Amino acid sequence: MFSIFKKEIRSFLSSLIAIIVIVVFLVANSLFLWVFKDTNILDAGYANLDPLFYLAPLIFIFLISAITMRSFSEEKKTGTFEILTTKPISDTAIVLGKYFASLVIALFAILPTFIYYYTINTLALPEGNVDSGAIWGSYLGLILLSAAYIAIGIFSSIITDNQIISFIISMFLCFFFYTAFDYMGAFEFLKGTNFFIQWMGISYHYRSLSKGLIDTRDIVYFLSLIVLFIWLTKIIFSSRKW
Amino acid sequence: MSIRVENLTKTYGKQQAVNNISFEINTGEIVGFLGPNGAGKTTTMKILTCFIPPTKGAAFINDLNVEENAIAIRQQIGYLPEHNPLYTDMYVKEYLHFVGSVYGIKNITKRVQEMVDLTGLQVEQKKKIGQLSKGYRQRVGLAQAMIHNPKVLILDEPTSGLDPNQIVEIRNLITTIGKEKTVMLSTHIMQEVEAMCNRVIIVNKGEIVANGKPQELKDIFSANKVLSVKFNIPLNTQQLVELKQLTNVTLIGDGSYSLEGLNEEHMKTIAFNFAVKQQLMLSEMKLQESSLEDIFKNVTQKK
Repeated sequence: MFSIFKKEIRSFLSSLIAIIVIVVFLVANSLFLWVFKDTNILDAGYANLDPLFYLAPLIFIFLISAITMRSFSEEKKTGTFEILTTKPISDTAIVLGKYFASLVIALFAILPTFIYYYTINTLALPEGNVDSGAIWGSYLGLILLSAAYIAIGIFSSIITDNQIISFIISMFLCFFFYTAFDYMGAFEFLKGTNFFIQWMGISYHYRSLSKGLIDTRDIVYFLSLIVLFIWLTKIIFSSRKW
Repeated sequence: MSIRVENLTKTYGKQQAVNNISFEINTGEIVGFLGPNGAGKTTTMKILTCFIPPTKGAAFINDLNVEENAIAIRQQIGYLPEHNPLYTDMYVKEYLHFVGSVYGIKNITKRVQEMVDLTGLQVEQKKKIGQLSKGYRQRVGLAQAMIHNPKVLILDEPTSGLDPNQIVEIRNLITTIGKEKTVMLSTHIMQEVEAMCNRVIIVNKGEIVANGKPQELKDIFSANKVLSVKFNIPLNTQQLVELKQLTNVTLIGDGSYSLEGLNEEHMKTIAFNFAVKQQLMLSEMKLQESSLEDIFKNVTQKK
């Protein structure tokens, strides 16, 4: 698994995907957080990072889909899939190696935003007067959310050998799991099951974690979603043997 | 027994790719796997490398079943897939390093350098695979197949698309390495088989139509023996007519004639007796070998 992981990381770096994703993520966030008039923290007057945790999941829908779209599609298209699957590594090891490589890239995109936390912490009046619990809870939520997006993205990549299709499917699924359940919960005719439907979406649990309350149920939800999509990926990956 | 295939069948949907084939390959043999396009060569190789499972029947590598011991088998075989897929954005050494680490080789750096030297990649070792010419890519493909010193090598068209010089080089490489290993290679080129292989298996439409040493196949499949003879003086018309009464004769030119018949000895006797009778001298008498190409055409075109 480790050799696959290493190979994926190197290929992210050599193809510049990793760098571009990290840079775009940080530039986009910084512009919204510190520069643009309507959304910036400085004018808002409150020492919190809410705009970051509102924006990041939306930006990640695009960027994580871009990270994961090639992971299996490209191997299938170029035929290296056959090289990989005739080496003495289990299917699970290949899937996990690719999964964790993408996850590390996403974590490296999140990591520099700790500077924002430091900035807020310093600007707060009096200094250090920020709701750290909420912020760390939000960070945990954001990390779990990107881990779930990546599982979805890897899954989208295994079902097609076309990177563009994989990208679009991944964006759709991420968007769907993130927010569509919220909107569906608002349907009049689904009255009564509203709560359950909203509960199925990522954003419900993400919001819950961002209050700074780390609830095992939310964590279990994220982990189940991740395991589900990795498992589906593994099933489809092994389906060549059917 | 390095490779054993028993009643192997593979169907894709309704299409039968491989139909109930059985063969064995002994340790140390270099076996050529021949057949027209779509005969089932690649499918058989994919089953042997545990890429796809058989529909029916079983295949064994070093007595391990491909369906049960996939990981163990993959550790023991080197595989060069058809079209030689490679990670074009990786550097030559980086790629070999990666493959080496997948096989869990100790002392990878040294082994990678050995493979680079062995396959003649020294000049190109600093390049990205995508920048290499086809011949060098093929070497990288062979290097990755052999980096873990496998007992069994399965090579799917190792020389396709190369220029004649490269073909000779790759061929020499395979023969050198093949001395201690079991090699199964597929190809369309008959000379290649004659130059490298101890044994030939010809498949057609998913079935084995010939299996044996090149020489044996020639004996079995060329029904008519062709004897070319040359007399010291070209025959005159009357002599030719007389000879034609004895057997089937064609003039090759230059005073040579080819005699065709079922039995080699019988034709030699005819030629000799004829020469004695006509007071001619036999200056040359040679049995024409039928080529593997003829056999290939013969066994794959009937039906």
